[in-house]
Amino acid sequence: MDLKQIHDLIKVVNKSNIGEISIEDKDGKVTIKQKEEKVTVTTAPAQVYASAPAAAPVAAAATTPTSPVAAPKADNLITIKSPMIGTFYRRSSPDKPMLAEEGTEVNVGKVVCIIEAMKLFNEIESEVKGTIVKVLVEDASPVEFDQPLFLVEPA
Amino acid sequence: MFKKILIANRGEIALRIIRTCREMGIKTVAVYSTADKDSLHVKFADEAVCIGGPKGQESYLNIPHIMAACEITNADAVHPGYGFLAENAKFAQICSDHGIKFIGPTPEMINKMGDKITAKDTMIKAGVPVVPGGEGLLESIDEAKKLAKHIGYPVIIKATAGGGGKGMRVVWNEEEIEKAYSTAKMEAGASFKNDGLYMEKFVEEPRHIEIQIAGDQYGNVCHLSERDCSIQRRHQKLVEESPSPFMTPELRHKMGEAAIKAASAINYESVGTVEFLVDKHRNFYFMEMNTRIQVEHCVTEEVVSYDLIKEQIKIAAGEKISGRNYEPQLHAIECRINAEDPYNDFRPSPGKITVLHTPGGHGVRVDSHVYAGYVIPPYYDSMIGKLITVAQTREEAINTMYRALSEYVIEGVKTTIPFHLQLMQNEDFRKGNFTTKFLETFTMK
Repeated sequence: MDLKQIHDLIKVVNKSNIGEISIEDKDGKVTIKQKEEKVTVTTAPAQVYASAPAAAPVAAAATTPTSPVAAPKADNLITIKSPMIGTFYRRSSPDKPMLAEEGTEVNVGKVVCIIEAMKLFNEIESEVKGTIVKVLVEDASPVEFDQPLFLVEPA
Repeated sequence: MFKKILIANRGEIALRIIRTCREMGIKTVAVYSTADKDSLHVKFADEAVCIGGPKGQESYLNIPHIMAACEITNADAVHPGYGFLAENAKFAQICSDHGIKFIGPTPEMINKMGDKITAKDTMIKAGVPVVPGGEGLLESIDEAKKLAKHIGYPVIIKATAGGGGKGMRVVWNEEEIEKAYSTAKMEAGASFKNDGLYMEKFVEEPRHIEIQIAGDQYGNVCHLSERDCSIQRRHQKLVEESPSPFMTPELRHKMGEAAIKAASAINYESVGTVEFLVDKHRNFYFMEMNTRIQVEHCVTEEVVSYDLIKEQIKIAAGEKISGRNYEPQLHAIECRINAEDPYNDFRPSPGKITVLHTPGGHGVRVDSHVYAGYVIPPYYDSMIGKLITVAQTREEAINTMYRALSEYVIEGVKTTIPFHLQLMQNEDFRKGNFTTKFLETFTMK
Protein backbone atom coordinates (compact mmCIF):
# COMPACT_ATOMS: atom_id res chain seq x y z
CA MET A 1 0.00 0.00 0.00
CA ASP A 2 1.55 3.34 -0.88
CA LEU A 3 1.07 6.77 0.62
CA LYS A 4 -1.31 7.91 -2.13
CA GLN A 5 -3.60 4.95 -1.55
CA ILE A 6 -3.58 5.69 2.17
CA HIS A 7 -4.41 9.33 1.53
CA ASP A 8 -7.29 8.33 -0.71
CA LEU A 9 -8.56 6.00 2.00
CA ILE A 10 -8.41 8.81 4.54
CA LYS A 11 -10.46 11.04 2.25
CA VAL A 12 -13.07 8.30 1.87
CA VAL A 13 -13.33 7.71 5.61
CA ASN A 14 -13.45 11.44 6.32
CA LYS A 15 -16.35 12.03 3.98
CA SER A 16 -18.32 9.02 5.07
CA ASN A 17 -20.03 7.73 8.17
CA ILE A 18 -17.49 4.94 8.50
CA GLY A 19 -16.26 4.73 12.07
CA GLU A 20 -13.29 2.49 11.49
CA ILE A 21 -11.80 0.62 8.57
CA SER A 22 -8.98 -1.92 8.62
CA ILE A 23 -7.10 -3.26 5.61
CA GLU A 24 -4.33 -5.81 5.63
CA ASP A 25 -2.00 -6.77 2.80
CA LYS A 26 1.51 -8.14 2.37
CA ASP A 27 3.10 -4.86 3.41
CA GLY A 28 1.27 -4.57 6.67
CA LYS A 29 -1.96 -3.42 8.17
CA VAL A 30 -3.69 -0.08 7.86
CA THR A 31 -6.34 0.96 10.37
CA ILE A 32 -8.18 4.24 9.94
CA LYS A 33 -10.40 5.42 12.76
CA GLN A 34 -12.76 8.33 12.75
CA LYS A 35 -12.80 10.16 16.04
CA GLU A 36 -14.20 13.66 16.35
CA GLU A 37 -13.07 14.38 12.82
CA LYS A 38 -9.46 13.59 13.70
CA VAL A 39 -8.11 10.83 11.51
CA THR A 40 -4.99 8.88 12.41
CA VAL A 41 -3.28 6.18 10.44
CA THR A 42 -1.24 3.24 11.71
CA THR A 43 0.97 1.27 9.36
CA ALA A 44 3.57 -1.45 9.74
CA PRO A 45 7.12 -0.21 9.02
CA ALA A 46 9.19 1.96 11.29
CA GLN A 47 7.89 5.53 11.43
CA VAL A 48 7.13 7.11 14.75
CA TYR A 49 4.03 9.02 15.68
CA ALA A 50 5.39 11.97 17.48
CA SER A 51 2.25 13.07 19.24
CA ALA A 52 -0.45 12.21 21.78
CA PRO A 53 -0.97 8.48 22.21
CA ALA A 54 -4.72 8.84 21.70
CA ALA A 55 -3.97 6.77 18.60
CA ALA A 56 -1.63 4.27 20.22
CA PRO A 57 0.32 1.84 17.97
CA VAL A 58 -1.87 -1.02 16.79
CA ALA A 59 0.38 -3.98 15.95
CA ALA A 60 3.48 -4.99 17.88
CA ALA A 61 6.02 -3.71 15.40
CA ALA A 62 3.68 -1.10 14.03
CA THR A 63 4.06 2.51 14.94
CA THR A 64 2.11 5.49 13.77
CA PRO A 65 3.65 7.93 11.34
CA THR A 66 3.41 11.66 10.68
CA SER A 67 0.81 13.83 12.37
CA PRO A 68 -2.95 13.62 12.70
CA VAL A 69 -4.89 14.73 9.66
CA ALA A 70 -7.26 17.33 11.02
CA ALA A 71 -10.18 18.67 9.04
CA PRO A 72 -8.93 21.24 6.54
CA LYS A 73 -8.72 24.72 8.04
CA ALA A 74 -8.98 28.17 6.58
CA ASP A 75 -5.77 30.16 6.34
CA ASN A 76 -6.65 32.84 8.86
CA LEU A 77 -7.28 30.43 11.74
CA ILE A 78 -4.88 30.65 14.66
CA THR A 79 -3.71 27.52 16.43
CA ILE A 80 -3.40 27.47 20.19
CA LYS A 81 -0.51 25.11 20.90
CA SER A 82 0.38 23.36 24.09
CA PRO A 83 3.15 25.13 26.05
CA MET A 84 3.84 22.05 28.12
CA ILE A 85 3.67 18.29 28.41
CA GLY A 86 0.93 16.64 30.41
CA THR A 87 -2.68 15.54 30.37
CA PHE A 88 -5.22 17.80 28.67
CA TYR A 89 -8.50 18.43 30.46
CA ARG A 90 -11.45 20.40 29.16
CA ARG A 91 -12.94 21.05 32.57
CA SER A 92 -11.36 22.33 35.76
CA SER A 93 -13.16 19.53 37.62
CA PRO A 94 -15.53 16.76 36.53
CA ASP A 95 -18.63 18.57 37.74
CA LYS A 96 -17.82 21.89 36.13
CA PRO A 97 -18.74 22.84 32.58
CA MET A 98 -16.33 22.69 29.63
CA LEU A 99 -13.95 25.65 29.63
CA ALA A 100 -14.06 26.03 25.87
CA GLU A 101 -16.16 24.49 23.14
CA GLU A 102 -16.74 25.10 19.47
CA GLY A 103 -18.33 28.50 19.27
CA THR A 104 -16.96 29.76 22.59
CA GLU A 105 -15.81 33.35 22.41
CA VAL A 106 -12.40 33.85 23.95
CA ASN A 107 -10.45 36.89 25.00
CA VAL A 108 -6.78 37.19 25.75
CA GLY A 109 -6.28 35.55 29.14
CA LYS A 110 -9.38 33.37 29.08
CA VAL A 111 -8.63 29.92 30.43
CA VAL A 112 -9.37 27.44 27.64
CA CYS A 113 -8.15 24.21 29.18
CA ILE A 114 -6.19 22.63 32.01
CA ILE A 115 -2.96 20.70 31.48
CA GLU A 116 -1.95 18.54 34.38
CA ALA A 117 1.60 17.36 34.97
CA MET A 118 2.89 15.72 38.12
CA LYS A 119 -0.24 16.49 40.09
CA LEU A 120 -0.05 20.19 39.27
CA PHE A 121 -2.93 21.66 37.33
CA ASN A 122 -1.99 24.46 34.96
CA GLU A 123 -4.54 26.79 33.50
CA ILE A 124 -3.81 27.45 29.84
CA GLU A 125 -4.91 30.87 28.70
CA SER A 126 -5.77 32.01 25.23
CA GLU A 127 -3.33 34.49 23.74
CA VAL A 128 -5.78 35.59 21.09
CA LYS A 129 -9.23 37.11 20.92
CA GLY A 130 -11.75 35.25 18.78
CA THR A 131 -14.01 32.23 18.53
CA ILE A 132 -13.07 28.60 19.01
CA VAL A 133 -13.65 26.82 15.74
CA LYS A 134 -12.33 23.39 16.62
CA VAL A 135 -11.10 21.44 19.62
CA LEU A 136 -8.25 19.21 18.43
CA VAL A 137 -7.58 17.02 21.44
CA GLU A 138 -9.79 14.62 23.35
CA ASP A 139 -10.52 15.22 27.00
CA ALA A 140 -8.06 13.51 29.38
CA SER A 141 -5.52 12.66 26.70
CA PRO A 142 -1.74 13.26 26.87
CA VAL A 143 -0.30 16.22 25.00
CA GLU A 144 3.23 17.24 24.13
CA PHE A 145 5.03 20.55 23.68
CA ASP A 146 3.71 22.59 20.71
CA GLN A 147 0.87 20.17 20.10
CA PRO A 148 -2.10 21.98 18.48
CA LEU A 149 -5.00 22.19 20.94
CA PHE A 150 -7.55 24.61 19.49
CA LEU A 151 -8.25 26.38 16.23
CA VAL A 152 -9.44 29.95 16.75
CA GLU A 153 -11.04 32.30 14.28
CA PRO A 154 -9.58 35.64 15.25
CA ALA A 155 -12.01 38.44 15.99
CA MET B 1 13.66 -5.70 34.08
CA PHE B 2 12.34 -2.33 32.96
CA LYS B 3 9.34 -2.24 30.65
CA LYS B 4 9.88 1.17 29.17
CA ILE B 5 12.91 3.45 29.16
CA LEU B 6 12.78 7.13 28.33
CA ILE B 7 15.98 8.36 26.75
CA ALA B 8 16.72 11.86 28.00
CA ASN B 9 19.15 12.68 25.20
CA ARG B 10 19.49 13.06 21.45
CA GLY B 11 21.74 12.30 18.52
CA GLU B 12 23.89 9.21 18.20
CA ILE B 13 23.76 8.19 21.86
CA ALA B 14 19.96 8.23 21.90
CA LEU B 15 20.04 5.91 18.89
CA ARG B 16 22.66 3.75 20.61
CA ILE B 17 20.48 3.29 23.68
CA ILE B 18 17.34 2.62 21.64
CA ARG B 19 19.14 -0.14 19.73
CA THR B 20 20.11 -1.98 22.90
CA CYS B 21 16.64 -1.55 24.40
CA ARG B 22 15.17 -3.07 21.21
CA GLU B 23 17.39 -6.12 21.63
CA MET B 24 16.40 -6.42 25.27
CA GLY B 25 12.68 -6.20 24.47
CA ILE B 26 12.35 -2.91 26.36
CA LYS B 27 10.03 -0.24 24.95
CA THR B 28 11.57 3.14 24.26
CA VAL B 29 10.45 6.73 24.51
CA ALA B 30 12.39 9.41 22.67
CA VAL B 31 12.15 13.01 23.77
CA TYR B 32 13.04 15.75 21.35
CA SER B 33 13.16 19.49 20.89
CA THR B 34 11.32 21.19 18.06
CA ALA B 35 14.68 21.37 16.24
CA ASP B 36 15.03 17.60 16.37
CA LYS B 37 11.65 16.72 14.92
CA ASP B 38 13.28 14.83 12.01
CA SER B 39 16.02 13.25 14.03
CA LEU B 40 16.66 9.54 13.65
CA HIS B 41 16.24 8.73 17.34
CA VAL B 42 12.69 10.07 17.12
CA LYS B 43 11.95 7.78 14.20
CA PHE B 44 13.50 4.71 15.79
CA ALA B 45 11.83 4.89 19.21
CA ASP B 46 8.49 3.25 19.95
CA GLU B 47 7.08 6.54 21.17
CA ALA B 48 8.28 10.11 21.02
CA VAL B 49 7.33 13.25 22.91
CA CYS B 50 8.24 16.78 21.95
CA ILE B 51 9.50 18.45 25.11
CA GLY B 52 10.30 22.01 24.14
CA GLY B 53 12.15 24.51 21.99
CA PRO B 54 15.58 24.11 20.42
CA LYS B 55 17.73 25.48 23.21
CA GLY B 56 19.00 22.98 25.76
CA GLN B 57 17.38 24.81 28.66
CA GLU B 58 14.02 24.60 26.91
CA SER B 59 14.14 20.89 26.22
CA TYR B 60 16.97 18.43 26.94
CA LEU B 61 17.92 20.24 30.13
CA ASN B 62 14.32 20.93 31.15
CA ILE B 63 13.74 18.61 34.08
CA PRO B 64 9.99 19.30 34.58
CA HIS B 65 9.30 18.68 30.89
CA ILE B 66 11.26 15.44 30.90
CA MET B 67 9.48 14.25 34.05
CA ALA B 68 6.11 15.13 32.52
CA ALA B 69 7.07 13.09 29.46
CA CYS B 70 7.87 10.13 31.75
CA GLU B 71 4.50 10.56 33.37
CA ILE B 72 2.38 10.60 30.24
CA THR B 73 4.25 7.64 28.70
CA ASN B 74 4.50 5.61 31.91
CA ALA B 75 8.23 5.12 31.54
CA ASP B 76 9.72 3.24 34.48
CA ALA B 77 13.33 4.24 33.87
CA VAL B 78 15.33 7.07 32.34
CA HIS B 79 18.64 6.75 30.53
CA PRO B 80 20.42 10.11 30.54
CA GLY B 81 23.13 9.24 27.97
CA TYR B 82 26.16 11.56 28.24
CA GLY B 83 26.22 15.35 28.59
CA PHE B 84 22.94 17.18 29.30
CA LEU B 85 21.57 15.79 32.59
CA ALA B 86 23.75 12.66 32.77
CA GLU B 87 25.74 13.94 35.75
CA ASN B 88 23.08 16.15 37.26
CA ALA B 89 22.53 14.92 40.82
CA LYS B 90 19.35 16.96 41.15
CA PHE B 91 17.85 15.22 38.13
CA ALA B 92 18.87 11.82 39.49
CA GLN B 93 17.21 12.72 42.80
CA ILE B 94 14.02 13.90 41.14
CA CYS B 95 13.77 10.68 39.14
CA SER B 96 14.16 8.73 42.34
CA ASP B 97 11.53 10.85 44.10
CA HIS B 98 9.11 10.02 41.30
CA GLY B 99 9.79 6.30 41.45
CA ILE B 100 11.59 6.33 38.11
CA LYS B 101 14.92 4.52 37.96
CA PHE B 102 17.78 6.76 36.84
CA ILE B 103 20.11 4.50 34.85
CA GLY B 104 23.33 5.58 36.43
CA PRO B 105 24.76 6.15 39.90
CA THR B 106 22.97 7.67 42.87
CA PRO B 107 22.89 11.45 43.49
CA GLU B 108 25.41 11.02 46.32
CA MET B 109 27.91 9.30 44.04
CA ILE B 110 27.50 11.99 41.39
CA ASN B 111 28.09 14.71 43.96
CA LYS B 112 31.13 13.05 45.46
CA MET B 113 32.90 12.99 42.10
CA GLY B 114 31.43 16.20 40.69
CA ASP B 115 33.24 18.50 43.05
CA LYS B 116 36.93 18.39 42.06
CA ILE B 117 38.33 19.15 45.50
CA THR B 118 36.09 16.60 47.24
CA ALA B 119 36.92 14.02 44.58
CA LYS B 120 40.63 14.55 45.06
CA ASP B 121 40.27 14.30 48.84
CA THR B 122 38.32 11.07 48.52
CA MET B 123 41.02 9.65 46.27
CA ILE B 124 43.82 10.60 48.62
CA LYS B 125 42.01 8.85 51.47
CA ALA B 126 41.48 5.80 49.27
CA GLY B 127 45.16 5.59 48.43
CA VAL B 128 44.73 6.49 44.76
CA PRO B 129 47.65 8.54 43.42
CA VAL B 130 46.64 12.12 42.65
CA VAL B 131 48.56 14.96 41.08
CA PRO B 132 50.68 16.18 44.00
CA GLY B 133 49.68 19.64 45.13
CA GLY B 134 48.92 21.95 47.98
CA GLU B 135 45.80 21.81 50.06
CA GLY B 136 43.43 24.67 49.57
CA LEU B 137 44.12 28.09 48.13
CA LEU B 138 47.47 29.90 47.96
CA GLU B 139 47.59 32.75 50.46
CA SER B 140 50.74 34.52 49.30
CA ILE B 141 53.68 34.45 46.90
CA ASP B 142 55.90 33.22 49.73
CA GLU B 143 53.59 30.30 50.37
CA ALA B 144 53.58 29.58 46.63
CA LYS B 145 57.39 29.55 46.58
CA LYS B 146 57.60 27.18 49.56
CA LEU B 147 54.98 24.84 48.15
CA ALA B 148 56.60 24.76 44.72
CA LYS B 149 59.92 23.83 46.27
CA HIS B 150 58.21 21.07 48.21
CA ILE B 151 56.30 19.68 45.23
CA GLY B 152 59.24 20.10 42.86
CA TYR B 153 59.31 22.13 39.62
CA PRO B 154 57.69 22.29 37.14
CA VAL B 155 54.42 23.25 38.83
CA ILE B 156 51.18 24.64 37.52
CA ILE B 157 49.23 27.44 39.19
CA LYS B 158 45.50 27.13 38.50
CA ALA B 159 42.44 29.25 39.19
CA THR B 160 40.04 27.44 41.52
CA ALA B 161 37.06 28.87 39.66
CA GLY B 162 38.84 28.30 36.40
CA GLY B 163 38.15 26.82 33.03
CA GLY B 164 39.14 27.05 29.40
CA GLY B 165 42.80 27.39 30.25
CA LYS B 166 42.39 30.81 31.89
CA GLY B 167 44.13 31.71 35.10
CA MET B 168 46.67 28.92 34.53
CA ARG B 169 50.43 29.29 34.47
CA VAL B 170 53.11 26.65 34.18
CA VAL B 171 56.20 27.54 36.20
CA TRP B 172 59.49 25.88 35.35
CA ASN B 173 61.71 27.34 38.06
CA GLU B 174 61.76 29.68 41.05
CA GLU B 175 62.75 32.71 38.95
CA GLU B 176 59.43 32.61 37.12
CA ILE B 177 57.10 32.05 40.04
CA GLU B 178 56.45 35.60 41.21
CA LYS B 179 55.38 36.81 37.81
CA ALA B 180 53.34 33.67 37.15
CA TYR B 181 51.53 34.04 40.47
CA SER B 182 50.58 37.68 40.00
CA THR B 183 49.51 37.40 36.36
CA ALA B 184 47.46 34.26 37.05
CA LYS B 185 45.78 36.02 39.95
CA MET B 186 44.90 39.04 37.83
CA GLU B 187 43.59 36.91 34.97
CA ALA B 188 41.50 34.76 37.29
CA GLY B 189 40.01 37.82 38.95
CA ALA B 190 39.16 39.33 35.59
CA SER B 191 37.77 36.14 34.02
CA PHE B 192 35.91 34.53 36.92
CA LYS B 193 35.53 37.30 39.54
CA ASN B 194 37.39 34.90 41.83
CA ASP B 195 41.15 35.21 41.98
CA GLY B 196 41.69 32.18 44.23
CA LEU B 197 44.62 30.05 43.08
CA TYR B 198 45.92 26.58 43.91
CA MET B 199 49.03 24.70 42.84
CA GLU B 200 49.74 21.25 41.47
CA LYS B 201 52.70 19.44 40.05
CA PHE B 202 52.83 19.98 36.29
CA VAL B 203 52.71 16.56 34.68
CA GLU B 204 55.12 16.69 31.76
CA GLU B 205 54.17 15.26 28.37
CA PRO B 206 51.06 13.68 29.83
CA ARG B 207 49.01 11.01 28.17
CA HIS B 208 45.32 10.88 28.92
CA ILE B 209 44.57 7.26 29.76
CA GLU B 210 41.27 6.35 31.32
CA ILE B 211 39.98 3.13 32.83
CA GLN B 212 36.45 1.87 32.21
CA ILE B 213 34.84 0.51 35.35
CA ALA B 214 31.54 -1.05 36.32
CA GLY B 215 29.98 -1.53 39.75
CA ASP B 216 26.75 -3.18 40.86
CA GLN B 217 24.36 -2.53 43.73
CA TYR B 218 26.03 -5.24 45.84
CA GLY B 219 29.48 -3.71 46.18
CA ASN B 220 31.14 -5.58 43.31
CA VAL B 221 33.42 -3.45 41.14
CA CYS B 222 35.50 -4.42 38.12
CA HIS B 223 37.52 -2.72 35.41
CA LEU B 224 37.46 -3.21 31.66
CA SER B 225 40.94 -1.84 30.97
CA GLU B 226 42.04 1.39 29.39
CA ARG B 227 41.36 3.78 26.58
CA ASP B 228 44.02 6.21 25.39
CA CYS B 229 42.41 9.56 24.62
CA SER B 230 45.51 11.70 24.23
CA ILE B 231 44.60 13.00 20.78
CA GLN B 232 42.71 16.11 21.88
CA ARG B 233 42.14 19.54 20.54
CA ARG B 234 41.47 22.21 23.17
CA HIS B 235 40.67 19.49 25.69
CA GLN B 236 38.13 17.88 23.35
CA LYS B 237 38.82 14.26 22.46
CA LEU B 238 39.05 13.49 18.74
CA VAL B 239 40.47 9.96 18.62
CA GLU B 240 40.43 7.19 21.21
CA GLU B 241 41.89 3.69 21.21
CA SER B 242 42.26 0.56 23.26
CA PRO B 243 44.68 -0.80 24.26
CA SER B 244 46.90 2.23 24.75
CA PRO B 245 50.14 2.01 22.75
CA PHE B 246 51.88 3.23 25.91
CA MET B 247 50.43 0.56 28.17
CA THR B 248 52.32 -2.34 29.73
CA PRO B 249 50.68 -5.28 31.55
CA GLU B 250 52.16 -4.01 34.79
CA LEU B 251 50.82 -0.48 34.33
CA ARG B 252 47.41 -1.80 33.36
CA HIS B 253 47.30 -3.87 36.51
CA LYS B 254 48.29 -0.90 38.70
CA MET B 255 45.91 1.55 37.01
CA GLY B 256 43.09 -0.98 37.00
CA GLU B 257 43.51 -1.55 40.73
CA ALA B 258 43.61 2.20 41.35
CA ALA B 259 40.42 2.70 39.33
CA ILE B 260 38.69 -0.04 41.31
CA LYS B 261 39.85 1.60 44.55
CA ALA B 262 38.45 4.92 43.34
CA ALA B 263 35.06 3.43 42.48
CA SER B 264 34.88 1.35 45.66
CA ALA B 265 35.64 4.40 47.78
CA ILE B 266 32.22 5.77 46.85
CA ASN B 267 30.48 2.36 46.52
CA TYR B 268 30.03 3.16 42.87
CA GLU B 269 27.09 1.67 41.04
CA SER B 270 26.69 1.65 37.23
CA VAL B 271 29.33 2.12 34.55
CA GLY B 272 31.84 4.92 34.83
CA THR B 273 35.32 6.02 33.84
CA VAL B 274 38.30 7.01 35.96
CA GLU B 275 40.60 9.40 34.08
CA PHE B 276 44.33 9.52 34.72
CA LEU B 277 47.27 11.55 33.50
CA VAL B 278 50.30 9.39 32.78
CA ASP B 279 53.74 10.95 32.54
CA LYS B 280 56.68 9.76 30.48
CA HIS B 281 57.95 7.68 33.38
CA ARG B 282 54.63 5.87 33.54
CA ASN B 283 53.65 7.49 36.82
CA PHE B 284 49.92 7.95 36.80
CA TYR B 285 47.75 10.47 38.62
CA PHE B 286 44.00 10.63 39.17
CA MET B 287 42.48 13.46 37.19
CA GLU B 288 38.73 12.96 37.55
CA MET B 289 35.95 10.40 37.47
CA ASN B 290 33.07 10.52 35.02
CA THR B 291 29.96 8.99 36.54
CA ARG B 292 28.22 8.21 33.25
CA ILE B 293 28.60 6.28 29.99
CA GLN B 294 31.10 8.05 27.73
CA VAL B 295 31.19 8.86 24.04
CA GLU B 296 34.12 6.51 23.46
CA HIS B 297 32.62 3.53 25.28
CA CYS B 298 32.36 1.78 21.88
CA VAL B 299 36.14 1.31 21.77
CA THR B 300 36.02 -0.83 24.91
CA GLU B 301 32.96 -2.68 23.63
CA GLU B 302 34.84 -3.79 20.55
CA VAL B 303 37.88 -5.12 22.40
CA VAL B 304 36.08 -6.96 25.21
CA SER B 305 32.98 -7.84 23.21
CA TYR B 306 30.35 -6.62 25.67
CA ASP B 307 27.45 -4.23 25.11
CA LEU B 308 28.15 -1.64 27.81
CA ILE B 309 24.72 -0.03 27.54
CA LYS B 310 23.16 -3.44 28.12
CA GLU B 311 25.39 -3.98 31.15
CA GLN B 312 24.46 -0.55 32.43
CA ILE B 313 20.75 -1.31 32.13
CA LYS B 314 21.18 -4.73 33.76
CA ILE B 315 23.06 -3.21 36.69
CA ALA B 316 20.31 -0.60 37.12
CA ALA B 317 17.73 -3.40 37.14
CA GLY B 318 19.58 -5.01 40.05
CA GLU B 319 21.70 -7.64 38.37
CA LYS B 320 25.05 -8.68 39.78
CA ILE B 321 28.28 -8.34 37.86
CA SER B 322 30.78 -11.19 37.83
CA GLY B 323 33.51 -9.05 39.39
CA ARG B 324 35.96 -10.24 36.75
CA ASN B 325 38.24 -7.71 35.10
CA TYR B 326 38.46 -7.60 31.32
CA GLU B 327 41.50 -7.07 29.15
CA PRO B 328 41.49 -5.99 25.50
CA GLN B 329 41.43 -9.02 23.18
CA LEU B 330 41.77 -6.96 20.02
CA HIS B 331 42.78 -3.45 19.04
CA ALA B 332 40.15 -0.77 18.37
CA ILE B 333 40.29 2.87 17.34
CA GLU B 334 37.52 5.46 17.22
CA CYS B 335 37.49 8.64 15.16
CA ARG B 336 34.88 11.22 16.08
CA ILE B 337 33.36 12.61 12.90
CA ASN B 338 32.35 16.22 13.54
CA ALA B 339 30.61 18.67 11.25
CA GLU B 340 33.60 21.02 11.39
CA ASP B 341 36.03 22.36 8.81
CA PRO B 342 39.55 21.17 9.67
CA TYR B 343 41.02 23.55 7.09
CA ASN B 344 39.48 26.55 8.84
CA ASP B 345 40.36 26.02 12.46
CA PHE B 346 37.64 23.40 12.89
CA ARG B 347 34.89 25.96 12.47
CA PRO B 348 31.45 24.32 12.97
CA SER B 349 29.63 23.51 9.73
CA PRO B 350 25.92 22.83 10.32
CA GLY B 351 23.57 22.43 7.38
CA LYS B 352 21.96 19.84 5.15
CA ILE B 353 23.68 16.58 4.35
CA THR B 354 23.10 16.04 0.64
CA VAL B 355 25.01 12.82 0.09
CA LEU B 356 25.86 10.19 2.67
CA HIS B 357 27.64 6.90 2.19
CA THR B 358 28.88 5.06 5.27
CA PRO B 359 31.81 2.66 5.14
CA GLY B 360 31.50 -1.06 5.71
CA GLY B 361 33.44 -4.27 5.67
CA HIS B 362 35.24 -6.37 8.21
CA GLY B 363 36.05 -4.60 11.45
CA VAL B 364 34.10 -1.42 10.72
CA ARG B 365 31.42 0.06 12.98
CA VAL B 366 29.54 3.30 12.40
CA ASP B 367 27.48 4.87 15.21
CA SER B 368 25.74 7.81 13.64
CA HIS B 369 22.35 9.47 13.68
CA VAL B 370 22.57 11.34 10.42
CA TYR B 371 21.16 10.44 7.01
CA ALA B 372 21.05 11.91 3.52
CA GLY B 373 18.67 14.85 3.61
CA TYR B 374 19.15 15.43 7.33
CA VAL B 375 19.69 19.00 8.41
CA ILE B 376 22.25 19.27 11.20
CA PRO B 377 20.77 21.76 13.67
CA PRO B 378 23.10 24.51 14.88
CA TYR B 379 22.00 24.24 18.52
CA TYR B 380 23.91 21.18 19.62
CA ASP B 381 27.41 19.77 19.53
CA SER B 382 28.98 19.10 16.15
CA MET B 383 29.54 15.37 16.42
CA ILE B 384 27.61 13.61 13.67
CA GLY B 385 29.03 10.14 14.00
CA LYS B 386 31.65 7.82 15.40
CA LEU B 387 33.71 5.55 13.17
CA ILE B 388 35.24 2.60 15.00
CA THR B 389 37.56 -0.02 13.55
CA VAL B 390 38.78 -3.16 15.22
CA ALA B 391 41.51 -5.61 14.25
CA GLN B 392 44.05 -8.03 15.64
CA THR B 393 46.83 -5.46 15.79
CA ARG B 394 47.09 -1.70 16.12
CA GLU B 395 48.62 -1.35 12.69
CA GLU B 396 45.77 -3.24 11.06
CA ALA B 397 43.19 -1.21 12.98
CA ILE B 398 44.83 1.98 11.69
CA ASN B 399 44.91 0.66 8.12
CA THR B 400 41.26 -0.39 8.32
CA MET B 401 40.43 3.06 9.70
CA TYR B 402 42.22 4.71 6.80
CA ARG B 403 40.38 2.51 4.31
CA ALA B 404 37.02 3.13 5.99
CA LEU B 405 37.59 6.90 6.18
CA SER B 406 38.29 7.01 2.46
CA GLU B 407 34.95 5.28 1.79
CA TYR B 408 33.03 7.63 4.10
CA VAL B 409 31.27 10.20 1.94
CA ILE B 410 29.47 13.12 3.54
CA GLU B 411 28.55 16.01 1.28
CA GLY B 412 26.77 19.25 1.98
CA VAL B 413 28.69 20.00 5.17
CA LYS B 414 32.35 20.04 6.04
CA THR B 415 33.58 17.23 8.26
CA THR B 416 36.73 16.20 10.08
CA ILE B 417 37.20 13.16 7.82
CA PRO B 418 40.14 14.82 5.99
CA PHE B 419 41.80 15.46 9.35
CA HIS B 420 41.45 11.83 10.42
CA LEU B 421 42.79 10.61 7.08
CA GLN B 422 45.94 12.69 7.57
CA LEU B 423 46.26 11.60 11.17
CA MET B 424 46.13 7.93 10.21
CA GLN B 425 49.10 8.51 7.90
CA ASN B 426 51.07 10.50 10.47
CA GLU B 427 54.30 8.79 11.42
CA ASP B 428 54.23 9.71 15.12
CA PHE B 429 50.64 8.64 15.46
CA ARG B 430 51.36 5.32 13.78
CA LYS B 431 54.29 4.75 16.12
CA GLY B 432 52.17 5.56 19.16
CA ASN B 433 54.35 8.59 19.94
CA PHE B 434 51.89 11.10 21.18
CA THR B 435 50.77 12.96 24.29
CA THR B 436 48.00 15.47 24.88
CA LYS B 437 50.30 18.04 23.29
CA PHE B 438 50.32 16.23 19.95
CA LEU B 439 47.69 18.27 18.13
CA GLU B 440 49.26 21.57 19.15
CA THR B 441 51.94 21.03 16.53
CA PHE B 442 49.85 19.18 13.96
CA THR B 443 48.93 21.11 10.85
CA MET B 444 46.59 20.11 8.05
CA LYS B 445 48.30 19.65 4.72
